[in-house]
Amino acid sequence: MAEIGTKIETRVAYGEALAELGAMNDKIVVMDADLSGSTKTALFKKAFPDRFFNTGIAEGNMAGVAAGLAAAGQTVIISSFAMFAAGRAFEQIRNSICYPRLNVKICATHAGITVGQDGGSHQCLEDLAIMRVIPGMTVINPADAVEARLALFAAAELSGPVYLRFGRGAVPVIFDEKTYRFEIGKGVTLKEGNDVTLIGTGITVDLSLKAADILKNEGIDARVINIATVKPIDRAILLTASAETGAIVTSEEHNVIGGLGSAVCEVLSEEAPCVVERVGVNDSFGRSGAPADLLSFYHLTPEAIAEKAKTAMRKAGKKV
Amino acid sequence: MDINRKKELKEIARTVRLDILEEIYTAASGHPGGSLSCTDILTYLYFEEMRVRPNEPKWEDRDRFVLSKGHAAPALYAVLAEKGYFDKKELLKLRRIDGMLQGHPDMKKTPGVDISTGSLGIGLSNACGMALAGRLQNRDFRVFAITGDGELQEGGIWEAAMFAAHYKLDRLFVFVDANGLQIDGRTRDVLCPEPIDRRFEAFGWDVQRIDGHDFDAIAAALENAKKISGKPHAIVCDTVKGKGVSFMENQASWHGNAPKKEQYEQAVRELSAQE
Repeated sequence: MAEIGTKIETRVAYGEALAELGAMNDKIVVMDADLSGSTKTALFKKAFPDRFFNTGIAEGNMAGVAAGLAAAGQTVIISSFAMFAAGRAFEQIRNSICYPRLNVKICATHAGITVGQDGGSHQCLEDLAIMRVIPGMTVINPADAVEARLALFAAAELSGPVYLRFGRGAVPVIFDEKTYRFEIGKGVTLKEGNDVTLIGTGITVDLSLKAADILKNEGIDARVINIATVKPIDRAILLTASAETGAIVTSEEHNVIGGLGSAVCEVLSEEAPCVVERVGVNDSFGRSGAPADLLSFYHLTPEAIAEKAKTAMRKAGKKV
Repeated sequence: MDINRKKELKEIARTVRLDILEEIYTAASGHPGGSLSCTDILTYLYFEEMRVRPNEPKWEDRDRFVLSKGHAAPALYAVLAEKGYFDKKELLKLRRIDGMLQGHPDMKKTPGVDISTGSLGIGLSNACGMALAGRLQNRDFRVFAITGDGELQEGGIWEAAMFAAHYKLDRLFVFVDANGLQIDGRTRDVLCPEPIDRRFEAFGWDVQRIDGHDFDAIAAALENAKKISGKPHAIVCDTVKGKGVSFMENQASWHGNAPKKEQYEQAVRELSAQE
């Protein structure tokens, strides 16, 4: 049970959902590169040992083997930390999985700075950018445990490559598991408002909701949108937000270059330009520290998002 | 091997070599050297060994083939066309915007291509995945792959080699087209991959080393390999880059160059005159 407000790691929700998926679909094969305890694929391994393969510490080979399995009819799910899944295996993902559009889902955990103490070498802040740029790739960054589970099921239904991004730390449950319907490519408006729009993805959806509370106390009515599918992005929800609020703040646990902020700007700059402030890691690497301290250090906080909202409104000529 | 059958295979290989040269000459682009070096291996596999249905290229129980050294695509295309997967006229549209034969094998565009390859060092991983799928599905198909020797410099090959041995993929048969040359020169000068056979042995493979232009040797090696269970099979084939065309043989410069008109005509004369 994932009650709203309780804190659950999206990787845990992923691992549990993976075991569920294994029972529903016998074509599912799962691979991991020596991190099954951390990525939670161990839960699938325990339930379906015959359909789990550890490749050892060899992410490139894992992606290449996945392509071969998929070419022979399996639905393949591979997991590692985002740094190694998207980083080390990039070319196998590009050439062996996406170029022939094979049915492989890359489920990356430990994305972003909330990896924490392991430091900058392990904190992938580039994966949304490098996965998004590959033709035909679907990129999904769930906001909570409920969405993580449903996103995995939806990805398994989709024929073709998908990159799913999960985090290490526990994040509050936002969605009602009884009523939430996840759809690939659809953004979700979590709160209505017409002064400014806060667009989050992954862990910054919760931060955006909290930023909206701060703004509300200052008399500012912020709209909050969850963009789980960074690619293909929900153009309609962005165009409406631009037209109706005229000021947007994107936030992401990722470099401000190439991720959600860029994706939003790509749509709006062509069709409905408005002021967009991008919150994220400002083109730098991460560093060691407690996850909460790192979020403050890199200004990924409700306060920082609220501040940027006011900046965006001022630039848009709105009274703050 | 039956002497008449061997003669037939030699004739097919001659046709394949002529087709390779025509493809690359017409395209004015492509890789003749490494295509000609693996022609005999490919010919043997498709015309003597592999269980395939050219009129049903997606047949689920077919043996799979992975051209890990994807730049030898002209050889694969010539063999597939000769086998009847598609019309030979397609060969003359190699590398053209209106053709289905890409510079490197593309499973989405070409019937008979089991997996897209071209970027070196990845195909062996793909082949492992196919062999694993066969086991999961209780199918008895086998997976054949050809890698280059220069390609063995890619670390991914050895990740896959470790994987194949660990998972005892004994339906996987890998031919190393050891022609001793790569773009920048002799493999042993650029970055020596030898001793290839002992390296695969050390990784836990069943290994043989043969003359990759000798059909009897290829046949015998496959027969030997099939007797070994629990291990993947490497057949290291010593070959001649540019085999069959005197001025291309053992020349790294013919790795990725198309022949000019006179060179093409001479090559055709030489190949046509050979026994």
